[in-house]
Amino acid sequence: MIKGKFIDNLPKVYGIYTGGFLAFIILMAIAESAGMSAKLIGIFFVAFTVGIYALIGYLSRTLQLDAYYVAGRQVPTVFNGMATAADWMSGASFVAMAGGIYFKGYGYMALLVGWTGGYVLVASLLAPYLRKFGCYTVPDFIGTRYGGNLARVAAVIVLTVASFTYVTAQINATGTIASVALDIPFGIAVYVGLASILICSMLGGMRAVTWTQVAQYIVLIIAYLLPVFWISNKMGAGFFPHLMLADEVARIAELEGQYGFVKNSAADLKTVPKGLAGITKAHSSVNATPWAFISLAVCMMAGTASLPHVMMRYFTTPSVKSARRSVGWSLFFIFLLYSSAPMLATLSKLSLIDPNLATGIIGKSISEVQSIDWYQNWNQANLMFISDFNQNGKLELNEFFMGGKAVVLATPEIAGLPYVISGLVAAGGMAAAMSTADGLVLAIANALSHDLYYKIIDPKAETRKRLVVARVLLVIIGFAGATIAALEIQGILGSVIWAFDFAMSGLFFPLVLGVWWKRANAPGAVAGMLLGLISGTAYLIWVRNGGSGFWGITQLTFGIVGSLVSLVSMVVVSLMTKEPDKATQKMVDEVRIPSGRTVLGKQH
Amino acid sequence: MSKQAQHWEKTRGLLFVTLAIWFVFSIGIFFFGAEMNESNFKPFGYPLTYWFTCQGSLGIFVILIFWFANRQEKIDEEFGFTEKEDD
Repeated sequence: MIKGKFIDNLPKVYGIYTGGFLAFIILMAIAESAGMSAKLIGIFFVAFTVGIYALIGYLSRTLQLDAYYVAGRQVPTVFNGMATAADWMSGASFVAMAGGIYFKGYGYMALLVGWTGGYVLVASLLAPYLRKFGCYTVPDFIGTRYGGNLARVAAVIVLTVASFTYVTAQINATGTIASVALDIPFGIAVYVGLASILICSMLGGMRAVTWTQVAQYIVLIIAYLLPVFWISNKMGAGFFPHLMLADEVARIAELEGQYGFVKNSAADLKTVPKGLAGITKAHSSVNATPWAFISLAVCMMAGTASLPHVMMRYFTTPSVKSARRSVGWSLFFIFLLYSSAPMLATLSKLSLIDPNLATGIIGKSISEVQSIDWYQNWNQANLMFISDFNQNGKLELNEFFMGGKAVVLATPEIAGLPYVISGLVAAGGMAAAMSTADGLVLAIANALSHDLYYKIIDPKAETRKRLVVARVLLVIIGFAGATIAALEIQGILGSVIWAFDFAMSGLFFPLVLGVWWKRANAPGAVAGMLLGLISGTAYLIWVRNGGSGFWGITQLTFGIVGSLVSLVSMVVVSLMTKEPDKATQKMVDEVRIPSGRTVLGKQH
Repeated sequence: MSKQAQHWEKTRGLLFVTLAIWFVFSIGIFFFGAEMNESNFKPFGYPLTYWFTCQGSLGIFVILIFWFANRQEKIDEEFGFTEKEDD
């Protein structure tokens, strides 16, 4: 069923799957009204969906290199778009993004623009050319284009630093959700999350990851859109929220004007639990300087074009043409979720702060809010907190605090939706975090097994041995990621943004110039990658330790420093050293046209 | 000029146009975020800058990529560099 025929039957297979999932949701809704406990529903949702992914992972097992590294290069355009969207949208996009918009408004929406605009760079500058190249991994391109083991190793280092920063955040997110949904301690839940991630990728490599990611996209998009539409309709805000929330946005601005943003004293803020925040910024007006907005957007865009787990998805399409179109489909599927996040933030905020709504809590007496069921639940989960700072007995806007995750996780409950929706949202968050973690762990393990082990350490290794090494590395990296995730060093969103900056610092210009500048050579690329990564990291450490920084570049945008150093050093060193030989120049010419054979052979 | 050089020239031209449009909607307009938000032009009733950040720019990027892919396919066709279906 899986081979050949499976590809032809994709729409049917995933159609049945989607229908089955919807039937499962309805079944759970019936079970809820028949008295099934909330806890059991949560367990069913997570266990059922993870079980399906594991089954797909098992069915996609393979012993072929081509299938393991690039899914046999036969993933159709639209399905690759879905898989990329799942690969791309992480726990941060699903759980944390709406929360970020809720608290920070405009300044934060630079992430929305950056995380979508980057795909224009992917489509026009890189993806089709790297597909034509025929590489298995991103360092494979760098190593062959520039020649020499040093360039290859430098690319592996940058890739590992960026992806590993990212993957710990995702394993952290799977752990958070698994611990809430299955009601187990976080330290154990992290490893439960890891086990499910590995089941999906270990046996079938890229092929297994591809088909589970498509399944995960379907779950996560249903889990995100259904509550947004439901809440909007229930509040009477509009049948189609994306086009109809203008009144609600205006109403929030009116209420903000009425309440004002009162600044809390430092002593008062000390009593608020860590990680929770209040509303301190306007919802829809421009509250950041142009440079703050643009610099963050630029970092996210260049980072998008340099992150290997995204680029690697376009190696799996059947042709250069389909790689290009596939980028468009990826962004379309991402757009569906990203354009809904601000709507969810709007609905969530209004339902909490509007005194005319039954769910509004601002202006109510403190004791009344404290007796609300959902407040007690989320207060216990350490995601909500109120305190009567001014002792007037009433809740003010500046006296209400919430965790970023609560916007997605708690809004359905606040709006009075049945618990089955909360279970669905947990399954969606799990799908989002798992799919990204899968892509990242595979990107790192493939780079190490293909570029470091096969290309440098043991070029004579047989297929069997190569695949064993690839799998062993996958497990090791997974465990390393989970161990660090269990330490909870940095928040989910912070680590994700750092990963983009790391990738941008080291890889953006070496990749782009590899296609678009024939004169770029190996010494230049090595200098670009290493100096870029080192200077970016140094700037981050400096600012983290109280350094003042320059040009208004913060610890979230250090990629600007890294990539500028990378660009300058790459150009200068390239021009100072010998131009690439004829064979390399011919190879670049070959990459620039879609027709003809790939530069690297089918099996390598 | 060889066929391949001409093909690359056109490809580069398309890249510049694509990146120019991309620049306008990802960077350019946000230099004027505060001014635009005061504008009386409100798509679906949303303040203009707010609308661009949550729908406008995002949607334009989606359309831009498909437009770019179509144009590039035409260029490849013109110079006979289209892939064979069974390739």
